Order: sequence, then structure tokens, then C-alpha cells
Amino acid sequence: MTDSIVAEGLTKRFGETVALAGVDLAVPPGTVFGLLGPNGAGKTTTVRILATLLQPDSGRASVGGFDVVRDAHRARQIIGLTGQYASVDETLTGLENLQIIGRLVGQSRGTAKARGRQLLAAFRLDDAGDRAVKTYSGGMRRRLDLAASLVARPEILFLDEPTTGLDPRSRNEMWDVVRELIDTGVTVLLTTQYLEEADQLASRIAVVDHGRVIATGTPDELKSKVGALTLAVRPVRPEHLDVVRRIVADLALAPPEVVQTLITAPVARPEVLPMVVRRLDDAGVLAGELTLRGSSLDEVFLALTGQRPDELNDTADTDNLVGSLA
Amino acid sequence: MTAATIAAPVARRSHLAARVTPLDGVRQTLSLSWRTLVQIKHNPFELMDFSIQPVMFLLLFTYVFGGAISGSPTDYLMFALPGIIVQNALFTTLNTGVGLSTDLEKGFFDRLRALPIARFAPLAGRIVADMVKQAWSVAMLLGVGALLGFRVGTNVAGVFGTFGLLLVSALAVSWVIVLVSMLVASPEKMQIFGFVVLFPLTFLSNAFVQTDSMPSWLQHVVKVNPVTILSDAIRGLLVSGPVATPVWQSLAWALGLTAVFAPLAVRAFKRRS
Repeated sequence: MTDSIVAEGLTKRFGETVALAGVDLAVPPGTVFGLLGPNGAGKTTTVRILATLLQPDSGRASVGGFDVVRDAHRARQIIGLTGQYASVDETLTGLENLQIIGRLVGQSRGTAKARGRQLLAAFRLDDAGDRAVKTYSGGMRRRLDLAASLVARPEILFLDEPTTGLDPRSRNEMWDVVRELIDTGVTVLLTTQYLEEADQLASRIAVVDHGRVIATGTPDELKSKVGALTLAVRPVRPEHLDVVRRIVADLALAPPEVVQTLITAPVARPEVLPMVVRRLDDAGVLAGELTLRGSSLDEVFLALTGQRPDELNDTADTDNLVGSLA
Repeated sequence: MTAATIAAPVARRSHLAARVTPLDGVRQTLSLSWRTLVQIKHNPFELMDFSIQPVMFLLLFTYVFGGAISGSPTDYLMFALPGIIVQNALFTTLNTGVGLSTDLEKGFFDRLRALPIARFAPLAGRIVADMVKQAWSVAMLLGVGALLGFRVGTNVAGVFGTFGLLLVSALAVSWVIVLVSMLVASPEKMQIFGFVVLFPLTFLSNAFVQTDSMPSWLQHVVKVNPVTILSDAIRGLLVSGPVATPVWQSLAWALGLTAVFAPLAVRAFKRRS
């Protein structure tokens, strides 16, 4: 079966800024694909191109087999877009927002209203459906946003940072909704800044940085490569620093980092924790601080981009600068 | 019912249209105008903007300045109502710009543009809705004016001509506003533009006062101001005085503005959104 979403060598510039430097993606039907990266990595630009909002400077992309530039109108009939930048009208009620979209995609007045009510109920917004959206909480707004992108029953759904700015409870609710959607067979492309979110929802992840895909794989593949967890140990006595560093280095995926008396390193599995405790105990080291937590995106990037191409470029630039000064 | 049961995608590959039919485009434009007009229901401030504000202007000008300028409020009303209608039409075009830049800023346009709808529908929908608001404000000012003692000195054709000429002129100015709103892309800056450009433009005309007491250099400025020409045309159509010359000149201005700014506005709109 052919892939639902395909991107080949997408590039895009905004003036001097290179937003995309050649992005390739392939998403099989009925799966969830996570696009993980920091602000400005090119996630939103990629989604905007795939959702027909922006034309690439070069490269090609298709959704459901339809080219997003040449066959944009057909592409638009099978996609749904929800995101930080695709929002609803705050002055209208939740129901009116859904009705408008229903009418725009060709539903009759009655169908649009019925479908609107149905979606409100499914997203637990039925009580708020007749209230203006500006009175909604952040979580309610995102749910309405998602409902709005489902009015026309899309085959392919783009979720651009669906939980950015939400509190943990709303985020969990949103995740539950997305999981339910996945079960219906919709193909989902999700962008996020949170490793945990991609891990929770996606079956494959592409890590993007500076407009490039720098790593792809299943969440497990990525985690075993970069470490999903970060181990941090702070010995009570500074003279134990070396011993502790050696113990951590034995168990970690990458050389430990030492900041003052705190030693941190990426690790793959939570089983590492009891092992560390045992080894520290054997060595007679008392730890004042010992934690295992989910790695932040920064830490993933540090692990992934040990010698990334643009660091080399930066060095080259510095050399040129020094050369020209001399 | 859960999200899952109602989101299931439907297979409809076989009959996907390659493009929007013009009829669908018109239908989508009307849906989007409905969206703009139904906003009034929820945002009473907007209603105040284009209903209460002009009436307040009318009352203040008539009763505060009227006696001093023309001897009696009623005499002044006969002179100033056409000018106030023009001024209000001009300021109402700002709504289009404020609305468009709000939609851009909040991302509502992205949602619309990812839908299989005619590319012109979001812009056209906004403009159609604002033309409805324009017609409403003209009717309201004429109604309130009649209550205060304004009498149409011409005939029904003159009244229809007033509506027609104002809508054509407002549409022409809208293109300028659309262009500016696409360039500034912020509702607040749009308001500032209104204050800095439209405000002096209406006051440097004969919309509110006769020109003879102004210094002669200013009279030259006022004479070529299209607001003066349009005010004269509406006076001719509603009260008395020459009709043909100011009407043709107004239409020429409208045509000129449209010819220059409509293509620029549409291009900026396509690029921004």
C-alpha cells in the first residue's frame, strides 16, 4: 500500500532564513507519525506545506496520493488541520464554528448543525456549545479546534503542537482523544516539542532541526539511541566525584556531564536506577541527590547532534572570520 | 459517543472534484458573510461601532456645532447629513481591515485555506458582509436624520443613487484598507491607520462645513479631496445642487482606486494568507 503522506526534498526559504533544507517523510496509512523538534526547526513550515497552505521552493509532497501543489483542491478534501496557527473564531459559539465549516464543505444546514452537535458531544463540549469560544478554557479550545478539523471526516489529520501551553491534565485529556482517533484508522502527522508526547502517541518519530530530519525511527529505536531518561547523581562528598562519574559512565549511553558536583547522563531503561544504587553502595558512596527523569528535548538534541552538520559550518565560519581578520 | 465513532474517515476518493465550481464559490462567500454578520450577535461593541457611534456623531454635530455654523440645527442638518454619511461610510471600511487582520493574526484564515473552498471566498465573504453593514448604517443615518428634521429634497431615485454611489465608493476604499491590513497585519495598527489617515481626510473636506471661511490654500486642498467630491455628490442626490459632475467624478475616483488597489490588495492577500 502506498504511503498516505510523502515529502521528498522539501525546501523553503523566507528571505534569508532557510526554514526547510530538504525534508523527506513517508507516513504509511493509519499510523501516527511524530515530528519532533524545537521552535524554529521547521515543523510548522512542513505541516503548512503538506496542508496546502504554503508552496515549497523545491521538492514535492503528496497527501493520499494527491500532489499538494498541483492537485491542492483534491488534497484539501481529505485532510484536516488543527494547530497552534489554525484556530477557530473566538467571537462565535462552539456550535457556530462547527456549523460554518460544515456549510463550507457543502453540508446542508440541517446536517451541519446535527454534525456540530454530535462533535460537541463527542468532545465533551455539549454544555459549552452555545457559548462564545472566548469564554472557553485552553483545553476546551483545543478540543473544539480538533473537532473543527474532523467536521468533514478527513483521512489524514495534521496536529500542529496540539498540547503546547496546556496544563498537564488537559494534555492528558488531549492525548486520550488523539489515541481514540488513531483507532479509527485516520493517518495522523503530529508535531511536538515534547519527547514524551511523541513517545506516547507516535509509532514513528522524525527528529527535525534547522529544517532537516536528523534522525528517524520508532520511539524505542530513538530512545535506545539517545536515551529517553536522564540519570542525575550528586555525591555528598566532593572527593567521590570521580568514582561516581565512572559508575555512571558504565551504565549510560553517552559520556556523563559534570556540572559542579552534579553528574548527569542519558540512559535507556529505568532498570538502571537500582543498578546505580547497588554500585554506589558497593563503592561506599553516599548520594545526596539521585534522580531518574524523562529526558528533555535539549538532552535528546545534545545526544543526537554531537557533531551535527551546522556545528561544522559554524566552525568553518569562525575560521573564515579569523582568517579575514588576520 | 466517543470521538472515535464519529471521526471514522469515509471513502470517497472516486468522486473528488478537481476544483471549486463558481456556484460553490458564491455559496461559500455567503456562508462566510453570515459568519461575519452573526458575530454582531455576540459582540455588542461592534454593533455600537457601526450603529451608535454614527448616530452620536450626528447628534453632536447637529446640536453642538449646528447653530454656530449654520444658524440653526435644522439648517445645518440639511448641509451636514450627507457629509456625515460619507464620513461614516469611510470609517466603516476600517471594519474590513480590522476583521481581516484579526483573522490573519488568530490563524482563522489558515483553517479556512486548508478547506476545499474557493480561494476568493474568505476575502469576498468579509467584503459582502461589510457592504451589508454599510447599507444598514446609511439607512439608519437617513432614518435618524429624518426624525431630527432632515427632508429629502429630491426623489426616490436620489435615495437609491445615494446607496449605490456610497457602496461603490466604500468598496473602492475597501481595497486600500485590505492592502493596508495585509501589510500591517495587526488590528491595532489598522485602527491607528484609520485615525492618522482617514480622520484628517474627512476633516479636510466640506463634509461638515462650507469651505468659504477657510484660508485659500486650504480651499485648494479641500476642493481636490475626494471626500469633498463625494459629499457634494450625495448632497446633490439627497438635497439639491449639481448632481452629474460630482457623481461622475466620484465614480472616476472609485474606478481609479479599484483599478490600482484591487490587484495590489488581492496579491497581498494571496501572499499573506
